[in-house]
Amino acid sequence: MSMLNMTRRHLMALASAALVSGAVMGTAQAQETIKVGVLHSLSGTMAISETTLKDVMLMLIEEQNTKGGLLGKKLEAVVVDPASNWPLFAEKARELISQSKVSAVFGCWTSVSRKSVLPVFKELNSVLFYPVQYEGEESERNVFYTGAAPNQQAIPAVDYLAKEEKVERWVLAGTDYVYPRTTNKILEAYLKSKGVKSEDIMINYTPFGHADWQTIVADIKKFGSAGKKTAVVSTINGDANVPFYKELANQGVKATDIPVVAFSVGEEELAGIDTKPLVGHLAAWNYFQSVDTPDNKAFIEKWKTFTKNDKRVTNDPMEAHVIGFNMWVKAVEKAGSTDPDKVIDAIVGVEVPNLTGGVSKMLPNHHITKPVLIGEIKEDGQFDTVSQTDALVPGDAWSKYLDGSKDLIADWKDLKCGNYNTATKKCGA
Amino acid sequence: MTSLRTFLQAFVLLVGMAAAAVAGPYEDALPRFAADSYADTEAAIGAVAGSGHGQSLSLVEALRDERLMIAAGQVYIRDAAGKFVDAATGQAVEPPAGAKPVRVNNRVRRAIEAALGSMTLLSTDAGTRLDAARAVFRSRDAAALPALEKAIAQESDADLRNALESARAAIVLSKPDASSSQKLAAIEILHARGDQDALALLSSLPPGTSADVSEAAAKAAEGIRSRLALWSAVQNVWYGVSLGSVLLLAAIGLSITFGTMGVINMAHGEMVMIGAYATFLVQEVIRTHAPGLFGASLFIALPLAFLVAGLIGILIERTVIRFLYGRPLETLLATWGISLILQQGVRTIFGPTNREVGTPAWMSGALELGGLSLTYNRIAIVVFAFAVFATLLLVLRYTSLGLYVRAVTQNRRMAGSMGIRTNRIDALAFGLGSGVAGIAGVALSQIDNVSPNLGQGYIIDSFMVVVFGGVGNLWGTLVGAMTLGVANKLLEPYAGAVLGKIVLLVAIILFIQRRPRGLFALKGRAVEA
Repeated sequence: MSMLNMTRRHLMALASAALVSGAVMGTAQAQETIKVGVLHSLSGTMAISETTLKDVMLMLIEEQNTKGGLLGKKLEAVVVDPASNWPLFAEKARELISQSKVSAVFGCWTSVSRKSVLPVFKELNSVLFYPVQYEGEESERNVFYTGAAPNQQAIPAVDYLAKEEKVERWVLAGTDYVYPRTTNKILEAYLKSKGVKSEDIMINYTPFGHADWQTIVADIKKFGSAGKKTAVVSTINGDANVPFYKELANQGVKATDIPVVAFSVGEEELAGIDTKPLVGHLAAWNYFQSVDTPDNKAFIEKWKTFTKNDKRVTNDPMEAHVIGFNMWVKAVEKAGSTDPDKVIDAIVGVEVPNLTGGVSKMLPNHHITKPVLIGEIKEDGQFDTVSQTDALVPGDAWSKYLDGSKDLIADWKDLKCGNYNTATKKCGA
Repeated sequence: MTSLRTFLQAFVLLVGMAAAAVAGPYEDALPRFAADSYADTEAAIGAVAGSGHGQSLSLVEALRDERLMIAAGQVYIRDAAGKFVDAATGQAVEPPAGAKPVRVNNRVRRAIEAALGSMTLLSTDAGTRLDAARAVFRSRDAAALPALEKAIAQESDADLRNALESARAAIVLSKPDASSSQKLAAIEILHARGDQDALALLSSLPPGTSADVSEAAAKAAEGIRSRLALWSAVQNVWYGVSLGSVLLLAAIGLSITFGTMGVINMAHGEMVMIGAYATFLVQEVIRTHAPGLFGASLFIALPLAFLVAGLIGILIERTVIRFLYGRPLETLLATWGISLILQQGVRTIFGPTNREVGTPAWMSGALELGGLSLTYNRIAIVVFAFAVFATLLLVLRYTSLGLYVRAVTQNRRMAGSMGIRTNRIDALAFGLGSGVAGIAGVALSQIDNVSPNLGQGYIIDSFMVVVFGGVGNLWGTLVGAMTLGVANKLLEPYAGAVLGKIVLLVAIILFIQRRPRGLFALKGRAVEA
């Protein structure tokens, strides 16, 4: 405990020092260092997930500096705390770009926080690297999406269940906000296109932080007793997961009967649950800590040393930041400048190795190529990869399965457009 | 022609050699475990289970516990002590280098369960036999039928016999070559069983089932469905009571602080959180120093959580709130600030991630009662909530502290003139309320996240319960919590969780408009308006 304590205090000091120096030194230092903004909530509800990402960024920046920095200059992290408060995200983003003069920002977790900072990045023309799996249906010139789009997570997961577990009945359970709603809309359209009937799909939404899952778990059991193999596709977010899994375990829903595949549950979330009753439930991600590659081993080692805690786990959004940061570094080197316009032009096509043994590439739609991994929860809270795509899957900004977006494509290289309509041949839907 | 004959001779010779090299289906199956393919493992389990080999049970058990190891294409069974046994010969061997467990997934796990079921049907231990019957019921593996018949013939225990017979019914129903009369008998057995599993079986007859059987199955399924609908109504009421008891636990401390002093304590939820973290710490200490006490960890945590939360409550009252009496708006803001400080403090000390609080074995699982499934942790929380309520009621009714608190609640100035030190009573009452919130945290750690945000989720609901029930009245809090809990759970199946909550909130707003003082308004002379 004291060790963790120390690390945290150390980091806090580091963060505030960076903040102060960023604010005070202003232009005098600007020639000597390249500033990198870190926009993750360190307090409030999202701190549970985002604090880790801030730590990863600090580690990556420190590592780059020991390698000699970038363009002959040292990198300097500017950490701000938007406190899980969506409007504050926009304010802090503005502060990072206009006052601290950062060259790029790594940040946000929830879609609503990303939507809140979008206008700021467009207005002030800076770049944002967004590391979390999201609902898609977006492509902006100033944003790079290093997390999974629905076709890199949700759809392969459903395919796996249909093929390997012979699932015929689907419960789409999610928290009531934009990511689950859009993802479920895409999944519903996809399942129906595969011949699943409406009565074999049950969609259920719950409020944020829902704690009482008795009725819903009982409903799922009931839905699952129609004689067809049933699975739950969960887009339940954050804190609501623990009581959900506890209720599943208590009501005796086992993974061998009704498997649950989750898109928001990773190693970090499992660290707070007794995972014995959850063995066999699944998650779909582009990275697992358990992936056995030399790159990943080295990364985990560095992470444990950096945090001075060998119980710290790694997860998918952390890998997304690793990829995003390395891509940015490469693009800056390629462009010979940190100027956002030059970086935006240079980064498309940049390739960096990911931690699962492949090489991820930045696509013209500002999404990246990633492998899709399906893992089963093990007793120790890690995942056992039971399926992995052979090739890397390119991220789709616009879903092929939704009426509103099936004709849209994004291409910032040639078309210079985030929502080009291939039917009407016009930019702007 | 001759070449063909030579070829055939060679072939026969080869087959003969192969047969001589391997002794039977068990040895045949072993290399498939080493193939690192789930499909091969699954097939091998079936072969091993059917082989009747002496090692097969321990092999499948080892596979279940991830103790079946592979090294250089050879299969070994590792026992709990870490010793290796060659799976083929049963000889103890030195642990081979680079041994890896055979990987299992859900498909393999199902096969393991089915295999273990069919192999342990004739076990001498009644518990194992029951598990086996249930496993066979789920797997519907026709190969288990002979063993099942034998088990039914020699079973003396009625419950076990029932389980075995419904397992046989499940197999018969999905077996294409069973006769109609057998199937009709099976439907009868499943109808009598009458649960969701039986319903699932009856509504998924294999194609090609004869018309009379399908008709009987449909009729039986209909019967089960209407019975289950009845049970599910009862079940919803139970869910409501269980949610109500959670609300009661969260709100009851607030009903004291809010009731006596009219302090709008926004940091109340954080007292609950502190109680939950106290539980976490107690469990950590027990895990490292006295693992045997784990079952009692919650009982050890109770007094500690009460003390810690209570002391923090008194501290807050003495240092902040007492300067703000009579200024509700400032109190609200100050306590809101305190709640943020406490959250961030806990986040700094324990980290932002959830902490794992284990559930003692006696609180895991569910009690099957007719068509009801009551989870033990919920039962424990309902009982606990009522126990806390009763204790608090007794304290307020029969102790001198309770008497003073009630006097101060009813008329502060008069109580003061009678020689009651209202200051001290305020601090103690606040401490009592906070302490009760702390022990609520012990209970809530069993069903919710132990994270810095734990309290936030309950603060709104707690105020709702207290205001709805009537400020300063414990009975009002009880009735308020139960009404809200049951109403919420009865609405949920029809309106969904989100809409249900909205409907409930609107209903409360309307209610408060009509009766601003809640269900049970406190009557007394000169209650401060």
